[in-house]
Amino acid sequence: MKETPLSNCERRFLLRAIEERKRLDGRQTYDYRNIKITFGTDYGCCVVELGKTRVLGQVSCELVSPKLNRATEGILFFNLELSQMAAPAFEPGRQSDLLVKLNRLLERCLRNSKCIDTESLCVVAGEKVWQIRVDLHLLNHDGNIIDAASIAAIVALCHFRRPDVSVQGNEVTLYTPEERDPVPLSIHHMPVCVSFAFFQQGTFLLVDPSEREERVMDGLLVIAMNKHREICTIQSSGGIMLLNEQVLRCSKIAGVKVAEITELIQKALENDRKARKEGGKFGFAESIANQRITAFKMEKALVDTSDVEEKAEEIIAEAEPPPEVVSNPVLWTPGTAQIGEGIENSWGDLEDSEKEDEDEGGSDEAIVVGSVRADAGIEACSVGSQDAPIVLSDSEEEEMIILEPDTNPKKIRTQTVSAKQGKAPSKQPVKRRKKKRIAN
Amino acid sequence: MAQAAAVAAQSLAPGKARAARTVLDQVVLPGEELLLPEQDAEGLGGAGERPLLLNPGARSRVRVVCGPGLRRCGDRLLVTKCGRLRHKEPGGGGGVYWVDSQQKRYVPVKGDHVIGIVTAKSGDIFKVDVGGSEPASLSYLAFEGATKRNRPNVQVGDLIYGQFVVANKDMEPEMVCIDSCGRANGMGVIGQDGLLFKVTLGLIRKLLAPDCEILQEVGKLYPLEIVFGMNGRIWVKAKTIQQTLILANILEACEHMTADQRKQIFSRLAES
Repeated sequence: MKETPLSNCERRFLLRAIEERKRLDGRQTYDYRNIKITFGTDYGCCVVELGKTRVLGQVSCELVSPKLNRATEGILFFNLELSQMAAPAFEPGRQSDLLVKLNRLLERCLRNSKCIDTESLCVVAGEKVWQIRVDLHLLNHDGNIIDAASIAAIVALCHFRRPDVSVQGNEVTLYTPEERDPVPLSIHHMPVCVSFAFFQQGTFLLVDPSEREERVMDGLLVIAMNKHREICTIQSSGGIMLLNEQVLRCSKIAGVKVAEITELIQKALENDRKARKEGGKFGFAESIANQRITAFKMEKALVDTSDVEEKAEEIIAEAEPPPEVVSNPVLWTPGTAQIGEGIENSWGDLEDSEKEDEDEGGSDEAIVVGSVRADAGIEACSVGSQDAPIVLSDSEEEEMIILEPDTNPKKIRTQTVSAKQGKAPSKQPVKRRKKKRIAN
Repeated sequence: MAQAAAVAAQSLAPGKARAARTVLDQVVLPGEELLLPEQDAEGLGGAGERPLLLNPGARSRVRVVCGPGLRRCGDRLLVTKCGRLRHKEPGGGGGVYWVDSQQKRYVPVKGDHVIGIVTAKSGDIFKVDVGGSEPASLSYLAFEGATKRNRPNVQVGDLIYGQFVVANKDMEPEMVCIDSCGRANGMGVIGQDGLLFKVTLGLIRKLLAPDCEILQEVGKLYPLEIVFGMNGRIWVKAKTIQQTLILANILEACEHMTADQRKQIFSRLAES
């Protein structure tokens, strides 16, 4: 999709506003937009927001063989991507001039300034070194991509931890994070890019240009600097002639801005480190309540089932005989009666409703059958505790003890089976009995 | 009997399809199914909500219009946008239903007044960017008083306030700057000064609503010229750059302010 064109009236208004030292968002000439740094759950992942511009940084590492001419140095790799999500004008899969320029500038800012000790990334000289890859994705474009990207890159590198390795003779051992704590990269200094936009052939200058200001600017000066006021790279584009005092003034401003930004980065890293140490929520996870669905799930616990049968028999033998069940039947539906307290039996209900469906052919008959069944129920109650099947489940084990006084009121039969298996057979005899009774 | 069972089943499953009447001014989500009220008096004696029947047969028809965000699919009414369901009752009939959604992407609609930027002049038409998927075309004869000899003075990059006369799916939309009588009626090229900025489509609708107080309050602050395009563009011009910037920022901020907050801001500005 094509970029939205800039109308003549916008251009004129912007230039006139800049002449009057006013900016669209109410900032002053040397003001940055708000910078916000958030971290991901894993090490080496961060999102940097500069106003509405957003960049995601992700660092990853890999063991590779080194370059022939630098046998003892690790490899650094930077890749910035401008996806269509950031602005519809960016075309996917094509290296635009802007993208090439930004990638080159990033490499110069971070690799050529030797901010990362590449020699410490060597594992076995000439054979195995770490390759550190920094992927940057522009998530939203509102101007000044390079500043946001350089901050995201250095923050992600500072946050990253690589797995620990040890070398014994010819053997290289790679430790998982559980075995040994991952080690941070050794970073000498933190270069940060600061952009200056020039208008009217360098008469007016703005720090951190927004997208619309970038469109009407005549030239751009990018200074990468660390907090020790060492210039790491400097690039002027757009073909404007700058006086040397202008460049000097810019470098002074850059020094102030870099100091502020570095402080912000260190604060963010410190906060994240604390949050991780305390084990609380950190990173993007702060905003996700992931326990909501799994909160009611119970942990599975292992139970020793070697001598359950004996134990169960012991318990039953020692236990008092079951108390007399209150012989006060409650008639729920025709054919279903409840004796005593406790949970209502549901299986009888279900069975009955099935039966009723079958019987629905003649209503007269159904009524008769119902009354008969009700009688049967009462009969069962009147027989009392001896006749009614009682199901006990009184141990932390899932064991079913079924007392069936039909066979022998004194004899207690126990079954120790898992719940699923136990339920089916326990129902089986009762069902049969009930059917028999109905047949009667 | 079976029909009654079906009705019962529908009323028992509220998660599946809700009656449009019951969710008015509530949030609806894409993919949701709505039921329109059966207005037929002979119907199932107040049995209530039934799906929209495409072929009601001999019964008296009720005309219901589905606005943006709703879509008829077979004999079902589906929601295609996320937002609040609105309803407007005209004199007779079932009225108009639509979904008030919050979005930034503009889709041309016939009759909409929009602000466009001229991107190219080719032969006898201008290409105008309106923020849609495709640039609109504008004939140079579609200006007030324009003839083959008397061409309007339009440059690339100029702002145009116009109206869509053709806006169909998969077709290039067409704009004009005259009404059906051939009068400009406020349309045409917008002046060279002033500021153009983009807001959400919802804010534009809010500002253009007949009972909107924001505009009147803004008008009390400074004398101003303002143009609203339904495509989310606002052009504003005041006496000075400072005033124009203030106005633009107020209008942008109005979107997420309550009436009380707005009053506070306006009273504070009026003092200063």
